[in-house]
Amino acid sequence: MKPVEPALRLRGLTKRFDRLAVDALDLTVRSGEFYALVGPNGAGKTTTLRMVAGLARPDAGSVAVFGVDALRDPVAAKQMMAWVSDEPMIYDKLTPLEYLEFVAGLWGIEPAASQAAALKLLVSLGLEPHLHQRCEGFSKGMRQKVALAGALVHEPRLIILDEPLTGLDALSARHVKGLLGDRVRSGCTVIMTTHILEVAERLADRIGVIASGRLVAEGTLSELRHQNGRPDISLEDLFIALVDREAAAA
Amino acid sequence: MTPAASLKWFARHELRLAWREWLALLAGRRGRKRAAVIGLIGFAALMHVPAYAVIGRFADLRAPLDRPSMIVITASIWLAFALMLSQAIEAVTRVFYARADLDLIMSSPVRLTEIFSIRIAAIALSVTVMALLLSTPFVDVLVIGGGVRWFSAFGVVIAIGLMAAAAAIAVTLLLFRLIGPGRTRLVAQILAAIIGAGFVIALQVAAILSYGTLSRFAVLTSEAAAGFAPANDSLVWWPARAALGDGEALLLLVAAGFVLLGLVMAIFSPGIADTAAGVSGHTAISRPRPRSRSFRGGSRPQALRRKEFILLRRDPWLVSQTLMQLLYLLPPALLLWRSFADSSIAIVLITPVVVMAAGQLAGGLAWLTISGEDAADLVATAPLPARRVIRAKIEVVLIAIAMLFAPLVTALAFAAPSQAAVTAIGVSIAAASATAIQLWFRVQAQRSQFRRRQTASRLATFAEAFSSIGWAATAALVLMMPIAALITGLMTSALLAASWKISPPQP
Repeated sequence: MKPVEPALRLRGLTKRFDRLAVDALDLTVRSGEFYALVGPNGAGKTTTLRMVAGLARPDAGSVAVFGVDALRDPVAAKQMMAWVSDEPMIYDKLTPLEYLEFVAGLWGIEPAASQAAALKLLVSLGLEPHLHQRCEGFSKGMRQKVALAGALVHEPRLIILDEPLTGLDALSARHVKGLLGDRVRSGCTVIMTTHILEVAERLADRIGVIASGRLVAEGTLSELRHQNGRPDISLEDLFIALVDREAAAA
Repeated sequence: MTPAASLKWFARHELRLAWREWLALLAGRRGRKRAAVIGLIGFAALMHVPAYAVIGRFADLRAPLDRPSMIVITASIWLAFALMLSQAIEAVTRVFYARADLDLIMSSPVRLTEIFSIRIAAIALSVTVMALLLSTPFVDVLVIGGGVRWFSAFGVVIAIGLMAAAAAIAVTLLLFRLIGPGRTRLVAQILAAIIGAGFVIALQVAAILSYGTLSRFAVLTSEAAAGFAPANDSLVWWPARAALGDGEALLLLVAAGFVLLGLVMAIFSPGIADTAAGVSGHTAISRPRPRSRSFRGGSRPQALRRKEFILLRRDPWLVSQTLMQLLYLLPPALLLWRSFADSSIAIVLITPVVVMAAGQLAGGLAWLTISGEDAADLVATAPLPARRVIRAKIEVVLIAIAMLFAPLVTALAFAAPSQAAVTAIGVSIAAASATAIQLWFRVQAQRSQFRRRQTASRLATFAEAFSSIGWAATAALVLMMPIAALITGLMTSALLAASWKISPPQP
């Protein structure tokens, strides 16, 4: 039987700007998993995910998405992926429906299927009253929801989200978390960076802690606790302990 | 801080902001002050040459003047007023929409009427100072050629600057109240774009309809205009008299400028807080709910092209620029229409005008589609190669240019087929060149940064302008002096090659 390819496999991924941002990072995310990447500001989380999404070129290393070499065949890899950044980039002069129509067109999705999916997504995110309004007057939370709907409308197998809950109110955040949870249950893989450790704790199957461009710890929450020999510690305390230890070592 | 001190502080703050906006406009985002000042001095020195060519012959004029000369001077002052009004409307909308400080100001413990009076005064000051700077080479030429009495022209510039600022504020705030903050922005941008050009174009249209020429002076110096002009003691002549050194007229004109601005401050300042609240809280413009339609299919580049066309159609800058270009094309179109009756040589003038307009419009369109991508991450993560994205965007620019210019070229083909062919080729080359320059110098930006595009890359701006001028001249020379066209064509090609060579490497 053919082994199941991991959703994402990074090997020796390296990126240098003024300093080393990502340092020979090895990371594997299993198919159908909700993976949270946490770390302090400037740890290299966003740079890593931007390289996976094809938005930045690594200096060294490899990126494989469901077994497809994303550096050699980016189009095939992108067909399976969706990227949502913390700063929602949408078109002010398009309505949410027009935006989703455009995204579906870019991914080559059948119009009939994408229209039904778009409507369902926008309604589930509470955007039904705004379907035909241009996005120019939308709040950041509404824009983030439109961007998220855009990422989901083409049914990606791997969803990469960089701080997707920034700027969302409690209800919207719950909508988004519910939607992502549903996707994972239906077999989709989600990789998400977040500063909200509670979200990582509650949603993620596994958590990766990244500091100074390196993966310093990885596992389920209980695995992380046991690795550190403190079974009752909260993720927040664990995170601070790991980051402090990494800073002291550096 | 006392209220008076707060207001003084706010006035200083406004002037500092106005200065920095200016600096950014001159020197780009990095705000290199020294380079800006040197550039400004160089530009002012250079402007003395065209100023001499345009206005040098008027330096010897002395009151009392004959009727045609009075009409020409008065019309020139009205043109300056139209340009200042256009600039002032743009400044007012910028202050309300582009500066994100309305919430801060309105939540401050200072009387809003006074705060907004200062803001109005700052707008008037910046418009007037800009007008003074731009008019200095022209007044210099008059003073050098005709004596110090021409210094009074500066007074006229100050007076019409104040009046233009007052009119712009009144027009914009009335628009706010009549059509709401969302539509005001679009309408004001369109107004600002067409007011400046409209006056000259109206004169050209009148000249063509009456005399079959593109010269605006044909109307102004005609007997008909002299016949319609009011009596010598009319208020209409005051600006001209003031410019010629009539002290009484100058004093009254400057006083009228201050009174008008004061009136606008008194009438509108108390209500600006409400207007500003409308702007800062304004969300989407309410539009009738469109009929639900099915998603359209097609290839991925088709999806991109469709999106670009929708965004271009809804872009306020583009709407105003297209209207302006169409306005500029109105005189040659009229000339063409008249030339059906008589085979005037003036018809040749159409070709360079059309080619130049195509190059300029293509440059703006190319910036909007290629550099002004609001969802750059989305497009970059889409499963299609970057070259196909770029190709789709270039196709949009060229299709838009073809759609805009095809009717005129087709009409020209009925009057002069070979000229139409030259014009079509000129339009294609000018549009392709401007697009190529924008492609070579592309920098990822938001569409809303369009206003800053010319300072983001001065090289691209100059290359684009000279390329359009070069191809316009080449097209005109092909029709009149083909050997010379070879030279200008080669020069413009060399300019393009040099632009490509020095363009920054693209990822």
